[in-house]
Amino acid sequence: MFELLGITPQGLYSQLLVGLINGSFYAILSLGLAVIFGMLNIINFSHGAQYMMGAFIAWLGLTQLPVWTGSADAAMSYWVALIVAPLVVGLFGILIERTMLCRLYKLDHLYGLLLTFGLALIIEGLFRDWYGISGQRYEIPESLQGAINVGFMFLPKYRAWVIVASLSVCFATWYVIERTKLGSYLRAATENPKLVQAFGVNVPLMITLTYGFGVALAAFAGVLGAPIFTVSPKMGADLIIVVFAVVVIGGMGSILGSIVTGLGLGLIEGLTKVFYPEASAVVIFVIMAIVLMVRPAGLFGRER
Amino acid sequence: MRLTRTHLGFAALIAIGAAAPLVGIYPTFLMKCWCFALFACAFNLLLGYAGLLSFGHAAFFGAAAYLAGHAIKVWGLTPELGILVGTAFATALGYVFGSLAIRRAGIYFAMVTLALAQMLYFLWLQLAFTGGEDGLQGVPRSKLFGIVDLGDNMNLYYVVFAIFVFGFLLIYRSINSPFGQVLKAIRENEPRAISLGYDVDKYKLLAFVLSAALSGLAGATKTVVFQLASLTDAHWHMSGEVVLMTLLGGMGTVFGPVVGAVIVVSLEDQLADKVGSWVQVIMGLIFVICVLAFRRGVVGELIALARRISR
Repeated sequence: MFELLGITPQGLYSQLLVGLINGSFYAILSLGLAVIFGMLNIINFSHGAQYMMGAFIAWLGLTQLPVWTGSADAAMSYWVALIVAPLVVGLFGILIERTMLCRLYKLDHLYGLLLTFGLALIIEGLFRDWYGISGQRYEIPESLQGAINVGFMFLPKYRAWVIVASLSVCFATWYVIERTKLGSYLRAATENPKLVQAFGVNVPLMITLTYGFGVALAAFAGVLGAPIFTVSPKMGADLIIVVFAVVVIGGMGSILGSIVTGLGLGLIEGLTKVFYPEASAVVIFVIMAIVLMVRPAGLFGRER
Repeated sequence: MRLTRTHLGFAALIAIGAAAPLVGIYPTFLMKCWCFALFACAFNLLLGYAGLLSFGHAAFFGAAAYLAGHAIKVWGLTPELGILVGTAFATALGYVFGSLAIRRAGIYFAMVTLALAQMLYFLWLQLAFTGGEDGLQGVPRSKLFGIVDLGDNMNLYYVVFAIFVFGFLLIYRSINSPFGQVLKAIRENEPRAISLGYDVDKYKLLAFVLSAALSGLAGATKTVVFQLASLTDAHWHMSGEVVLMTLLGGMGTVFGPVVGAVIVVSLEDQLADKVGSWVQVIMGLIFVICVLAFRRGVVGELIALARRISR
């Protein structure tokens, strides 16, 4: 039947794969937004910029570090970047939370959005000034180059790795929050911070670490994305607006909901690219409009 | 009628607006100021008085800019009709986006408007008549009502200024009407407004449509001035810029957005050729400073100062 529509099964599979990859990025980024929103009641507009920072740290480590230090051995490999970038960006996030965001908790939530929007402008502007707007290439690490034959198609190893890695991180996050003692503190503090603090839990510290963890997730996604998308200062901004739509569709009440919605929307976007390519850029926004009409709180959301 | 500070401010605004091009300030720069001042005032109607933060107001500004440009250039309409077409389209768009967005409150409202605006941005990028990355160029400045030649910068200036004053007065009248009082009540305490029997959603939607229409008027006028409608007008940077103008000038004040728009437009004008890509960094810094330490904005601080002195 695909032949009738002028679509080859290979084309379909490869677009579905692309959809799944985009979906894993949506999932990991919307998860970070949801975790931050749960604790801080702030929508982190700089999430896209922090994702971009993660990708840039990986690129800088691989290509610029040898130049700066003057020795070719100093290059930071992909695997090291996968740890270092989230740590650096997470610390940067903690710094931002301690110096700026913590002053806004008593105010309207909108100020958090405005502050992080300003930060996103600053970060993006700086990287644009330093490295220009043209994208930088980041090579796929040697061990993940090539493709595996899975019978019905050739699956590029790196793409398979991205899906596995991001889903593992997503589910690890879900496990920690929903199934461990630390997670139960976190969920309790989301519901009623004052009461949890009265029980002797250091809530401000938890808030700070939560923000650090949320932006570290974004940086991790950035390193994963570096070899797939070109590393450029504007790589995060356009992505984050789509992720906002994903968050509106899914609602931020549930961790698992964010993951499922992210993946599902990625797949739908991939399918749209096969059947009606012109609409692929807007399909997620259209779905958002429909969800708002039918179920304003979002698929997994609850009004708060 | 008692003469208040607002009346004095308005008289000063008219005097400055009428005299500014005569004292040697570049008219095109001034016209840009008035277009963005109108845009910011329209935005402030929503944020400052109804408490709704829209992060997608560029959608209306840009849509009206494109439609007005197309109507004047391709359909050959006169400027006033072209502006009308653009504004009408922005109004209709405001109704559609507004109906969807007011279903969510607070942060979600901001995200929904941002996403809807981005959807429209992609649409402009793909549609043929917008000229894609190049934009809709060379929109002719024909004769207003078939009489007044807008090719002359001075004529155009006073037309643009009159449009601004019209929009400004309409907003001023709205916020000082029973309608405006209800908006403020919703901003301060929505459940209370509902319990008093007001159809809150209807008021929010009306405010949204009015704000979208006037943003459209600003965008359409901008097209006539610069003879250009481009993707910049519809990009989320533009939505952020109008938030910044309102925040910097003082949200919820009558003159704040005007002051904020003039400051931001002047800064960009002065900085663009000196610091290049640092403009964005500077705008971001102003944002951060405003949010952390200067939430009342320029006019808000002046009002607070005046209160302290008169006490």
